[in-house]
This record gives sequence, structure tokens and C-alpha cells, in this order.
Amino acid sequence: MLLELKDITKSFSGVDGEVEVLRGVSLGLDAGETLALTGESGSGKSTILHISAGLEVPDGGSLHLEGVEINGLGEAERANLRRSEVGIVFQQFNLIPSLTVEANIGFQASLAGRRDKTFESELVEELGLSDQLKQYPESLSGGQQQRVAIARALAVRPKLLLADEPTGNLDESTASAVLTAMLDLVGRTGAALMVVTHSAALAEKMDRRVRLKGGVLL
Amino acid sequence: MTNTILRALLSYWWRSPLQLFTFLMGLALATGLWSGVQAINSEARASYDAAAATLGEGQFDQLVPRVGDRIPQSVYVDLRRAGWLASPILDVTFKGVRFVGIDPLTTPTQMSSSSDSGFSLEDTDLIFGNAEVASVLEGFVEVTIDKSIPPGIAIADIGVVQRLFKRNDLSRLMVLPEQPIRRPDLVKIAPELVVQPSQQIADVAALTDSFHLNLTAFGFLSFAVGLFIVHSTIGLAFEQRRGMIRTLRSLGVPLSNLLSLIIVEMGLLVFVGAVLGILMGYTIAAMLLPDVAATVEGLYGARVSGTLSLRPEWWLSGIGLAFLGAGMALAVRIWQIMQMPLLSAVQPRAWAIASAKRIRGIAILGMILLGFSGLLALIGTGLGQAFALIGFLLIGSALVLPWLTIKLLDFAPGKGVITSWFWADTRQQMPGLSLALIALLLAVSANIGVSTMVSSFRVTFVSFLDQRLAPELFVRVEEEKTASALEKYLLERELEVLPLLTVERPVVGQPAKLYGVRVGRTYRESWQFLGADPDVWDQVSKGEAVIVNEQLARRNNLWVSDEVDIAPGLNIPIAAVVGDYGNPQGQVVMGELLFRKLYPNAVATSFGIRTTDTANLRKAIQADLEVPDSGIINQASIKSMSLEVFERTFAVTAALNILTLGVAGFAMLMSLLTLAGMRTPQLAPLWALGLTRTWLGVLELARALGLSIIVFICAVPLGLALAWALLNFVNVEAFGWQLPMFFFPADYAFLGGLAILATLIAAAWPAIQMVRKPPATLLKVFSNER
Ligand SMILES: Nc1ncnc2c1ncn2[C@@H]1O[C@H](COP(=O)(O)OP(=O)(O)OP(=O)(O)O)[C@@H](O)[C@H]1O
Ligand SMILES: [Mg+2]
Repeated sequence: MLLELKDITKSFSGVDGEVEVLRGVSLGLDAGETLALTGESGSGKSTILHISAGLEVPDGGSLHLEGVEINGLGEAERANLRRSEVGIVFQQFNLIPSLTVEANIGFQASLAGRRDKTFESELVEELGLSDQLKQYPESLSGGQQQRVAIARALAVRPKLLLADEPTGNLDESTASAVLTAMLDLVGRTGAALMVVTHSAALAEKMDRRVRLKGGVLL
Repeated sequence: MTNTILRALLSYWWRSPLQLFTFLMGLALATGLWSGVQAINSEARASYDAAAATLGEGQFDQLVPRVGDRIPQSVYVDLRRAGWLASPILDVTFKGVRFVGIDPLTTPTQMSSSSDSGFSLEDTDLIFGNAEVASVLEGFVEVTIDKSIPPGIAIADIGVVQRLFKRNDLSRLMVLPEQPIRRPDLVKIAPELVVQPSQQIADVAALTDSFHLNLTAFGFLSFAVGLFIVHSTIGLAFEQRRGMIRTLRSLGVPLSNLLSLIIVEMGLLVFVGAVLGILMGYTIAAMLLPDVAATVEGLYGARVSGTLSLRPEWWLSGIGLAFLGAGMALAVRIWQIMQMPLLSAVQPRAWAIASAKRIRGIAILGMILLGFSGLLALIGTGLGQAFALIGFLLIGSALVLPWLTIKLLDFAPGKGVITSWFWADTRQQMPGLSLALIALLLAVSANIGVSTMVSSFRVTFVSFLDQRLAPELFVRVEEEKTASALEKYLLERELEVLPLLTVERPVVGQPAKLYGVRVGRTYRESWQFLGADPDVWDQVSKGEAVIVNEQLARRNNLWVSDEVDIAPGLNIPIAAVVGDYGNPQGQVVMGELLFRKLYPNAVATSFGIRTTDTANLRKAIQADLEVPDSGIINQASIKSMSLEVFERTFAVTAALNILTLGVAGFAMLMSLLTLAGMRTPQLAPLWALGLTRTWLGVLELARALGLSIIVFICAVPLGLALAWALLNFVNVEAFGWQLPMFFFPADYAFLGGLAILATLIAAAWPAIQMVRKPPATLLKVFSNER
């Protein structure tokens, strides 16, 4: 199993005391498998994604990536794992404003030390970003920024691809092109994909679907 | 990976060159001001040190004639025969250059043959001097250039100087530190000489200390303001890259790599900024140095080289300041990054929201410090305490300012929704703005304080010149014969003649000048005293009492009716104390008769003359008595010369004033930019609710205007308190005189105008940014959580 979450719990301290967002979430994901994660706004979907990437530390439960217990790792080791094994498409994109689109796309791959320009140009082509390469993120539309974030995550050829509403800002046809690109990569590299989505159409295309409600998976 | 991260970090500067410029400028200004002042100080000190090292001034006892300034060669021969070990020196001043002839075989100074300085006088007829001296003497003698020689001095073998000026005598003898156990008393061999102990030879470094004290104070002020700037500059850079740093980490950049690269990046930038600052400091110092040199020479007669060299003590300390300030700011920021959660964008303004409680706590601390300074004002004595007083005063006021500003904002006018939002928002920004406001307060009040002191000095000095330079014409003659002829000539014409008799002699154990004056209408009418018996001049003319200057009185804790020793075994009461500015030495003024009785060998070679017709009298004296034109000086020209020295001090002070104000304006700019960057999310809703961007920009300007007015209102009393402390404590301790304080409201208004202008310029940038901000940026606030 590539990714395994067991009995994960997580609370945040809000204005009126602790809010328990995850109350024992267990989830497994095999290499090459695709999964859709749905749920109401504020139910904790992004939180699961962030925990899976080792960005957020759960309060309880265990988390294994490729058989390694992530919770036991130090900051540097987790960063190392994230850099080379995990591709993330953030809900807020998190592009680097002072770098061009091209540099943003190649950024994580060159951090991981495996930049592949031919692969990158394929991605750019497929995601329809060829005209924006020299621009800076601030002059891009929301949907364009989203595609840059997707290209950046795919360019690393990660073992685990995590995407937070990757088609939220896209029209139907672009959304389906983007999805095709993602599934294509997953198919080619044997990566696993977890997508947070509100779109039933997108969820349909995944191998499995889970729904988060009341802090547990249904 | 390193390259990728570094490129991402540096891309920020590449994309925002203005940010880079302000960052480097902030550092450069801070470093420049500090190192400029240090450069001037160290150049002057190096000049004195060179003088002490090469000429042995202040290090060795000397033998000098009781009267006049010449010692026959035979006296020296007698002394040596009797066993005294001494080295002869001949001083001749020509064209403003002091020729010092020494005997390389016997001199105890570093110019002996074993010297490690670059030149040796042994077996050579060469004359050595620095480049300036060489160019002054061009065409007269050839000077071999040597950098180690102090400014304004030419050194050669004593024989060479004697031949050059056709002299066969000496000026003084330097007593070697090691003497035979038995040697006869000086009185027996050479009664015409006296020993001048080494400490008594006015140590130029000590005399000019007060001047350097002023500069050092400025240096510290700029240091403090500089630290503020470096702090805000670095704060701004981090505030704006917070998002990027978070993204980098979430993409898998380990914290340790990120931090070390940030340190490398900052180190590089700080280095570049510091080097720019050193260049700036060099330029400032090179521009001010001639004025400083002229001031120091005019006031104290000490020579300072007019050209600047790059000395490690100031440029290293400048770079040190930059790295110290940057290191402190960086430590805070790095700690923040380490605490910063990887993901949540919660409260980017967390540091700016310090509770009102904290501001109040700091204000209480400030008031305690102000209390200390008040206490010191009541009971303190000594220079150290005077400075502690000023330090407590400034730091205490700085700490109270933010709280006071918030309190004053309560009185702000306006009831409308926008106005009350505006003032509430201003109060909320105080924590972020307080450093800049403090910098402004310190700069403005230091300006008010220092310029009040200097201007008060000027007013007093001008009236002092009017008293002292009452005679319209001054004549100086070389020979005794001419002197008596001149006096007779003038008396025949029924003019009031004021011969000036003078000797130098220790009084109360310190070097002083004794004057013999002819008491008459002029003295009675023009002199004003700080304290006096009713019939001062009667007592003085009868030889029953003397007048001393303020320096002498204060240093020795003497006042009217105390006694001073004016000749061996003769103590005489003080009838009056007179203000005497621009001269560090003690002076004793006595009646002509008494003086002639005590020092019968002294001859008046200098005369003041009261006349209504200076031009004709001048011509007549020249024609009838063959006095050279250079020997006759108009009162007006002395006055203007003295005032010129003063103007130069003024120029230095004014230049430093403008600089500190500029630096404070810059600190303001940095803070406002930092805040502006963080405030978009707060302003965006207002914009969406219908306030135009122009309006928002105008409000930012209005805020800056309001705050600078408040700061200025606080700075006036602080500046005056500072001036009062400078005049009543520091001046008395450092210079030996107390000055009356005058007020210069027009100057303060001008300064206030400058400060407000500087703030408005600083506020204009963020305001323009606001006006030009694309609506998309404002809208993004709504589409992104960040
Ligand atoms: N850093 C944080 N501090 C405090 N509360 C947080 C934090 N992160 C998330 N939360 C809270 O946890 C809950 C779940 O947040 P999460 O972002 O996972 O929701 P989501 O399911 O992704 O919602 P959406 O569909 O709107 O993106 C929310 O109530 C949110 O307010
Ligand atoms: Mg979410």
C-alpha cells in the first residue's frame, strides 16, 4: 500500500474552543489507484490532504507513505519526502509570484533534482499554457493559475498526487482536458491520485469515492 | 536544490527593484551616517596622535624661556655640560607651516635613528612633510613627502632649519626621560628657563575632546536611527515574502536549507548595502572634513589633515554596525519563520497587533527613565552623569511616545463613520509605526536641541566679540623700540591706546595666559561680567584684584572674592569673572602697573587703538613708523574671521542635521511601506464598499501628516530640554563655560516644516501605490484567503 491513514484525528482551536475536524479517519491508497474525496465545505477535506502530504501533523493515528511512518519523521526528512515523492495542487495554488510560469512549473522538479524539459513541454501543451510561459502568476486568470499549479505537481512525476479541487475554476471542457492529463500521468507512472472535489462528474472517473461527514469517512 | 531556492529568493528582488533599492539605501544610509562621523573623528585623532608620536608633544617635560620664545644656543651647551640630558628644538612658523628643527641624535621621539616610522633625519638635509605642506611650500623649499608626518608641519634637522631662517638660537629643549642621578638645579645653570611638565603642555586631544563629543553624540544618534532603518528594511523584506517562504516549504524545501540560504542572501545584500554606505560615509566625511579641520584649528589651534584616508577603524565599524543591526533584525525574523506554521495564513499581522497593554507598560518604563533624568538634573555632577541625563531623557521620551500619540489621537476631530474608522485604524497601526515615529522624534528633537545650543552660542559669541574687540584698530610690532615709539606717537595724537601685555604661566596648576591691561573708558564701558564686585575696574587698576575668565573659575571652583596665584608666592582676589568663548585656556586679567611690576621683561607688542578714522590712521602709522601692513588689523576683519570659524561649525552641524532628518524620513518610509503591504486586506473591503482608491491614498497622506504633527509637538519640548541639558551640564563640563539659552522659534518652525515634508514624501509612495493598485489586487483579497 502506498498511502495508509489509520484512525487519524485532528482538532483546531477556534474562537469558541477546540473544534474536532477529523475524528478517526482511516484510508488506504494503492499505487496506481485513484480516489475522489467529497464532503461539505469545512468538513476537513483539505485537512486530510495536508496530513497525507506531511504538511500538517495529526493529533492521533498513524500515517504511512511507502511503508514509512511519517509522523515519526523530522522536519527535514518530511520535507525530503514531500519534495520528491508527493505532488500537491493546492486549493489556493501557492505559486511563487516572483517567478515566471515556466520557472514555477519546473520549480519542484528542480528542487527534487529531476527536471525533464521535454516532459514539461508536453504538460504545458496538454494543459494549454504555451502562451503564458513568460508571464508572471499575477497576470494569469484563476483557471490559468490552477493549471500552472497542476503542471508543477505533475512535472515532479510524483508517486502520490494530491489535488485540492483542481478543476474548481475551470469550465467543463478545460476541466475534462486537465483531468485527462492527470489520469494519463497516473496511468503512465503508476502514481496514486487523491482528488478533493465537489464535481460528481469528476468523482465518477475515479476508481473509488469516499465522503467525509462528521469527521469520519462514509 | 540550493540554486533553485536561491534563485527563487533572489527573484523577489529582481521583480521588485524598488524594494531592492530601498533595502540597500536603508542599510547604506545607516552605515554611511555612522561611518562618516567616525571617519571625521578618527581622522582628527590620527592627526593628533601623529603629532604626539612624531613631535613628542605632551609626552616629555620641556624647558622653555621665562620670557619670549628664544633660547640662546650657549644656554643649551651649558646645560649639557652640567649633565642635563636634553634635546634642542627650533620652531619657526612660515606660511602657516610650522617648521620643526630637531636633533636626530638626541631626540627622545620616534624620529631617532631607531625609528620605525618611514623616514630618518640622520645624515640628511632633507625636509619632510605631508603632501599638503609640500604644495604650500612649493617654490620656497623642496619638501620630501612622507605621509606619517602630522598636518601643517615640516620636519628637518635643526641645522637645516637654522640655516633656512638664518637663526642661531633654539625655541625649547625636550628633557629626556632618563637623567643622571645627580644634576644641578636648573636655576643655577639656566635661571632664564622654566620646566614645563609634560601634562601641562596642552594636550590637543584633550582640548578637542569636547568637539568630538558632539560628533560622537551625532554618531550614536545616527547609529540608533540606523538600527531602526535596518530593522524595518529587513522586516519589510520578510513581510512581503512570507507567502513565498511558506510555499517553498510546502513544496519540500527543508527549513534548515531555507534558513541558511536566507542568511546567505541577507549577508550578501547587507554587505553590498554596507559597502555603499561606506562610500557614502566617505563622501560625507570628505565634504565636511575641511570645515571640521577649520573649526578645530580656529577654536583650539590644533591641526587636522584636510584630506581623508580610509582607516580601518571607521569603515570596519560601519560594516560592523550594518551586520549587527541586520543580525538582530534577522534573528527576530528567523525565529518567526521557525514558529510559523507551514500552512495556515492566520494573522499575517500578528506582530503588528501588540496589545494596548504592552504600549502602556513600555510608556511606564519610559516615565521611570524620565524620572531618573530629572533626578540627575537636580543632583548630578560630572560629564558622565550629564550624558546619562541626556540618554535617559531621550530614551524615556521615545518609550512614552507611542502611548502619548494614542492618547492624543483621542482628541482627534470628526464624528462620521469614515473619520472614526480612520482614527481607530490609525491607533491600531501604532505598534507598526512606533519605531518610525520614535526615529522621527529623536531626529527632530536632536535637531532642535543642537541647533538651539549652537545658535545660543552664536548669539553669545557675537556679543562677546563686540565687548572684546572694542578697539577699532590692532597693531602688532616686532621690536621693543618700535613698540615704545608707537605708543608715544599715538599718545601725542590723544588717542586711547590699549597696550596688551601677556605672559603664559600656570595658574592654579594649569596653563593659563596672564594679561596686563590699561584700564580706561573702553574696558569700563564694554566689558560685561558673569559675576563682579561693584568697583571691579578700580580694584584692577590699583592692582588689588584681577579678573579671570569663566573656564578658569569653573574648573577650579573659584568665583568672585576667591584668590588665585598670579606669580610665585603672590595670591590675589578675583574681582570679576568674565565670559570667554571659543578658547579653552584659563586667562587672568590684571592692571598694567601690577603686571609690569611682576613681569618687568615682558613687552607690549600688541596695541588696541580707539579711533574714528581707521583708514587714515592706518596709513599714517604705516608711513611714519614703517610698520608693515600685515601688522595692522582692522577690528572688522578679526570679527569676520572669528565669525567665519563659527559659520563653519554651523555648516557641519547643519549638514548633520539635514542628514539625520533625511535618515528619519527614510525610516518612516520603510515602516509605511511595510504596513501598506500588510494592509491591503483591510483596505479592500472599504474600497468594495465605495471608497475610491484616490480617497484611500489621500487618507494615508492625512494620517502621516497628523502623526508627524503630533511627533513635532512632542519634539519641541524634548528638544528644548535637550538644549537646556547641553548648555547647563555638558558645556560646563566639556568646555568650561555656561551659556545663556536663547529661543529660535522661526528655526523650530522651519525644522518642523522639514520633518513634516519628509514624512509626507515618505507617505507619498505607499499612497501612490494605493491609488494605482489595480482593482484586481484588491479583488484578490476576496477570492483568496491569503
Ligand atoms: N490552521 C487552522 N486553524 C484553525 N482552524 C482550521 C485551520 N485549518 C482548517 N481549520 C478548520 O478546519 C475545518 C476544516 O477545514 P478544511 O480546510 O479541511 O475544510 P474543507 O473541507 O477543505 O473545506 P472547503 O471545501 O471549503 O475547502 C474548518 O472548519 C476550518 O475552519
Ligand atoms: Mg478545502
